[in-house]
Amino acid sequence: MNFDWVRKKLADKTGKNLWRSMEEIAETPEFMSYLKEEFPNGSAQTASPEARRDFLKLMGASLLLAAMPGCTQPKEKIVPYVKMPEEIVPGKPLFYATGMPFNRHVTGLLAESHMGRPTKLDGNPGHTDSLGATSLFHQAAILGLYDPDRSKVVLKSGQSSSLSAFLSVIEKKLAEWDANGGEGLRILTGTVTSPTFGDQMKQVLTRFPKAKWHRYDAIHIDEARRAQKAALGEFADSVYDFKKADVVFSLGSNFLINLPGSLRYAREFTSRRQAHKDKNMNRLYAVEAEPTLTGAAADHLLRAKVSKMIAVTESLAQRVGVNNVQPTSSVKLSKDEQHWLDIAAKDLRNAQGKSLVLAGEQLPARIQALVFAINEQLGNTGKTVSWIEPTEQDPVLHGVSLAELTADIRDKKVSDLFILGINPAYAAPGDLNFSDLLASVPFSVHHGLYNDETAAVCQWHIPATHFLEHFSDGRASDGTVTMIQPLINPLYDGVSEHELVSALLGKPGRSSEKIVRGYWKDKLGLDFDGAWRKALHDGLITGSAFTAKSFTVKTVWESGELNQSFTESEWEMTLRPDESVWDGQFANNGWLQELPKPLTKLTWDNAAHISPESAQKLEVQNGDMIEINNGLKKIEVPVWIIPGQTSGNISLALGYGRTLGGQIAKGLGFNAFTIQSAALHLWVPKISVRKTGATAKLASTQLHQNMEGRHQIRSASLDTFKKQPDFAHHLEHALPPASFYGAHKGSDDYAWGMAINLSSCIGCNACVVACNSENNIPIVGKDEVLNGREMHWVRIDHYYEGDIDTAESHQQPVMCMHCENAPCEPVCPVGATTHSDEGLNEMTYNRCIGTRYCANNCPYKVRRFNFLAYTDRDKHSEALKLMHNPDVTVRNRGIMEKCTFCVQRINQARITAKKEDRLIRDGEIKTACQTACPTTAIAFGNLKDKNSEVSKWKAQPLNYGLLNELNTQPRLTYLAKVKNPNPSLASEAAHDAHPAKHH
Amino acid sequence: MANMQKTEKQEVIYEESILTGDQTHASVHKKITDIVLTRPLEKGWLFALSIALAGLLTLVISIGWLVKKGIGIWGNNNPVGWAFDIINFVWWVGIAHAGTFISAILLLLKQKWRMSISRFSEAMTLFAVACAGTFPIIHLGRIDRAYWLFPYPNTMWMWPQFRSPLLWDVFAVSTYATVSLLFWYTGLIPDLAAMRDQAKEPWKKRIYGALALGWRGSAHHWFRYETACLLLAGLAAPLVLSVHTVVSLDFAVSVLPGWHTTVFPPYFVAGAVFSGFAMVITLCVPIRKWFGIEDLITMKHLDNMAKVIIATGLIVAYGYFMEVFIAWYSGNQYERFLTMNRFVGPYAAFYWALILCNVVIPQLFWIKSVRQNLVWLWVISIVVNIGMWLERFVIIVISLHRDFMPSSWAMYIPKIWDITTFVGSLGLFFTLLILFIRVLPMISIFEVQTIVDSEKKHADKH
Repeated sequence: MNFDWVRKKLADKTGKNLWRSMEEIAETPEFMSYLKEEFPNGSAQTASPEARRDFLKLMGASLLLAAMPGCTQPKEKIVPYVKMPEEIVPGKPLFYATGMPFNRHVTGLLAESHMGRPTKLDGNPGHTDSLGATSLFHQAAILGLYDPDRSKVVLKSGQSSSLSAFLSVIEKKLAEWDANGGEGLRILTGTVTSPTFGDQMKQVLTRFPKAKWHRYDAIHIDEARRAQKAALGEFADSVYDFKKADVVFSLGSNFLINLPGSLRYAREFTSRRQAHKDKNMNRLYAVEAEPTLTGAAADHLLRAKVSKMIAVTESLAQRVGVNNVQPTSSVKLSKDEQHWLDIAAKDLRNAQGKSLVLAGEQLPARIQALVFAINEQLGNTGKTVSWIEPTEQDPVLHGVSLAELTADIRDKKVSDLFILGINPAYAAPGDLNFSDLLASVPFSVHHGLYNDETAAVCQWHIPATHFLEHFSDGRASDGTVTMIQPLINPLYDGVSEHELVSALLGKPGRSSEKIVRGYWKDKLGLDFDGAWRKALHDGLITGSAFTAKSFTVKTVWESGELNQSFTESEWEMTLRPDESVWDGQFANNGWLQELPKPLTKLTWDNAAHISPESAQKLEVQNGDMIEINNGLKKIEVPVWIIPGQTSGNISLALGYGRTLGGQIAKGLGFNAFTIQSAALHLWVPKISVRKTGATAKLASTQLHQNMEGRHQIRSASLDTFKKQPDFAHHLEHALPPASFYGAHKGSDDYAWGMAINLSSCIGCNACVVACNSENNIPIVGKDEVLNGREMHWVRIDHYYEGDIDTAESHQQPVMCMHCENAPCEPVCPVGATTHSDEGLNEMTYNRCIGTRYCANNCPYKVRRFNFLAYTDRDKHSEALKLMHNPDVTVRNRGIMEKCTFCVQRINQARITAKKEDRLIRDGEIKTACQTACPTTAIAFGNLKDKNSEVSKWKAQPLNYGLLNELNTQPRLTYLAKVKNPNPSLASEAAHDAHPAKHH
Repeated sequence: MANMQKTEKQEVIYEESILTGDQTHASVHKKITDIVLTRPLEKGWLFALSIALAGLLTLVISIGWLVKKGIGIWGNNNPVGWAFDIINFVWWVGIAHAGTFISAILLLLKQKWRMSISRFSEAMTLFAVACAGTFPIIHLGRIDRAYWLFPYPNTMWMWPQFRSPLLWDVFAVSTYATVSLLFWYTGLIPDLAAMRDQAKEPWKKRIYGALALGWRGSAHHWFRYETACLLLAGLAAPLVLSVHTVVSLDFAVSVLPGWHTTVFPPYFVAGAVFSGFAMVITLCVPIRKWFGIEDLITMKHLDNMAKVIIATGLIVAYGYFMEVFIAWYSGNQYERFLTMNRFVGPYAAFYWALILCNVVIPQLFWIKSVRQNLVWLWVISIVVNIGMWLERFVIIVISLHRDFMPSSWAMYIPKIWDITTFVGSLGLFFTLLILFIRVLPMISIFEVQTIVDSEKKHADKH
């Protein structure tokens, strides 16, 4: 094997080309024989840096190729969700319950497995945090598993090494630690909810008493924890019940999206907003500094900087009758704001025990503690909000914990540091200089999915297994123990965190299954085997949720930690986990990068969100760069103007500006952690801002967010709805159905149709990613998004309604309408898009020659054309090939595609029904978007069946078709949105449709 | 055709003559054949050819890259599925209307002034159709499947979809190309024979001879020839109207505001003749000067063509006005929006440039001195061609970029390959044209000779 030859072949290859050429090389006999001789440990040839890089490239390719044919189900017993067939039936997927640890909780999932490879993740209906639904992150996790950029080999100082080499080092270390009690040994992890891992750590700390376990989750809840400690005396988690809440008041809490348990909360919250079923709707008041989807769902919205939010909370506390509240805030509320609070407080008081006040966990502790007291005062505690034991194992203050570690490193007290599953070299607050300090630790180990910023600074990097590759457990937001079982043997040389910690306990090589099973062995009762099988089957341990605890809320906010007082400054800044890549852990996930962010529709970037008024003040437009200076550090960022942002507050998303960690992650956006301070976490009370004069190109998929008086989204207040239930129909000039070609005859049995309930849709994007995953939709990259060629079959249109500063925001999922009278069909010269007798508008990819006439003639603009060979990336990566849904064709360059109503799922159900000699039952087919939807905003089914869910929806007076006046007769219709504004806040209720005017 | 060669000089005096100078059968014959047979290779011609060939090469490279990479090398995007590709197609098809209009319709209307320009404009028509025909094929996402557009027997039992205007286009354009070619070639036969007789070199004699299909100029030949021409003219005349009608249906059949318009067929046909005549003027003005045939293609011809431009230009202007009027009169919010978007939207400059080029500037042709001024004529004809290109830009891009769903609105910005493909098609056109004028008689010899006769008679009467 001639390394120069390989180097020449690989020179100048990056990204996609790199993968392709690696495969080509890997197929050569030279390389194969080389693999046999030299694999897996690096040889002398890898000494020079160039050779090392090449070696890594080769290693990646080889491992990938070596792993693929052997991609099988794990050898340990895993238990399928429904029933195990005698043997694997090709073409028949199996489902397994598992769970995804993310955002301080584990959400139960069902993984679809085709011939031993998982292809799709959906929610576990029996799991409290899922209820069958998923978020975009869960949907995208499957791409995380097959990501070709995942780290594949053990690295020592950047050079490939092996696990055995690492373990032999650990063995020596163990003797050292045993001798000195673990002096200088530190382990840094993110939030851990896994009881098994918690127990393992306990064992480590028992064996090495001087060792320390630090925690740092970039999105932590220290402020909330401080408030709990002060007001309750100990840490506690809260669990909400939105079903019982008539009036909800949110202080900067994005509870529909960002909380552990948000999927459940979104379901419960929207279940109380179905005016056509139940006129007793809930009402949401929201106060927020930066626009969120929760704010978008609110009936009344008050925009306030965080500094003002303290005053708002104090004022609200006084209004609902909390004792002894002495305002510390110097911020004065305006008359309008006072009035707004009066009305809201009255509403809350009238709903004693049936209201709910929430505070964003990132907000100062004083706000949190006041909210505890407000809920207590309103009699909500124990009803709409209850306290449980923290789901986090051994909870600590993360910011404090990381700061301690940093101080200890600086003081040279840390000799051996293990960083598990997190990336602090990137995601630590900028003022800690963590990355520089980390380099000075004598022995440092990073364990993670990617060869990222932290891996580059640590001496050792151990590839981690994906959660679909190992056994684990964890707790849901209510404490339910959730089982994580692997769906596939590890694709690469990774180990799980359980196995790594086991090595620290002197037991290397214990499998994750043994460890997890071992932990639960004596905890599941007498019939352990049965209980274990049941736990794996269900994906959870039934009845393991924590029971509610009761506390007396101490009114201690005048002293200590809670005595916070802030003054308003001209420019404040809030930080938030990014809507798509969170804290950066999903930065290499193409689906998520290309996912249009809910309110801005930006892709592939983060930007500083500012209000139109602030933009005017700074004289900037979208894409203009500004410099943000927090007094210590400054960053330059492009601005994006959004109506609904609080003026004077600039909000930035974390998770961008990655320098390592995959081909996709690198070099996008800017790193907001740089100007984050450890003390204040997600809020910077004082910054200075100036325009730099430079500009950046930002790729948004929706440049126009004004409805232009076209009534795509129809909404009204509850009062209007009561008076005029069919208000949506008064906004169009629909004609009686007519067709030049005559009506389609159609099948007698089936007519597929869909309805989307806009009162339920919160715009969370889960459906978009679910569709990507189900239908093998490629990503196109930032340049192509700038060219206007994104491929999503479902898009969520976002429109503002009303005055630019107080605009209300609306979301509307739009996909192929499957028109009865489809304008796309008659214009195709080759008949590639046709009407099925069940009413589907079908695309025959093989027949399409790409005239694009159908797309031009589609009034909904839902057709997507493969302008370039977008699927090449997928086709040339062995790993990504495995991910594809085998039931859906991967499309070529030059052809048109669009939503099919998941025709593959219809056909699966048809096969089953035919075998059983019956019609397909209602609910038997669920489209991918429908399955993912946390708020059950989508109904799909047979319109011939008058009792089907979708028929019932369509019979509602709220039901309307988009662009009905074109006589396209869409099979997909919408249920108009009904909001519940307080009639006492009349000006805010002015968003009503005023149907009379349009009639 | 020896019988037609006359050596003695004849005095021709007449009023309102079409030809100028002292024209005899012989002078006409010599002037036209000399350009092909005896004129030496000029540097200027070679230079022009090399530029045109460079353009053609650009087209070949552009299409090559297109085949390799895909439509994505152009600026087309999701709302704007068609852009330069179809703009260029319609523009070239439009230009292709002058030739057949002149030869067929003016023949049937017995307009003798057409004789000097018919051959040339028919050739131009064919070359423009060649350019036009390129675009519908290369605009396909899968060029290799272009043959699926034709109804051919196949094992899949698949026919094209006859409700699609794109399919009508395939028939309309291919029929038009076929009939135009036949008509042009039939018209060439007597002149090819004349070339055969005139040529000195045996290889030229052989080629022209083969192409002349044994024409001897007998009375039988002439009788059949005249009948064939008349029949072909009768066939071609409705095609002039049908081709652009069908092209306009590509748009009119859709639901898109700005496309879904009943005025399109007549307005497209008028626009096509408008642009076709403009292109003939653009080409005639330099060529008649270059080859010294100002006496055969005279100011009278140019004047007449300018008048056709005014007439068709007014029809086109009426079309523009009607679009606006109907948008208002219909009360349809999408139509109204489209009109306002043309007036003041992001591409408003294109719309107003179109109005300036197609409606305002051609009005100068009302002034006789402008029609008689070569510079004015040439500049205005180019302005009209630009205007007609802009018209298709306005119809295609402005309608598509903002239609029903504001969420999908976007801008279209051409990429370098859009431009090279357009420039390349000009290269193809000019390569063919420049070759044509040196290998075939660009003016119909025998037809012009008939005017010499009739004009002589006309003069005799005085």
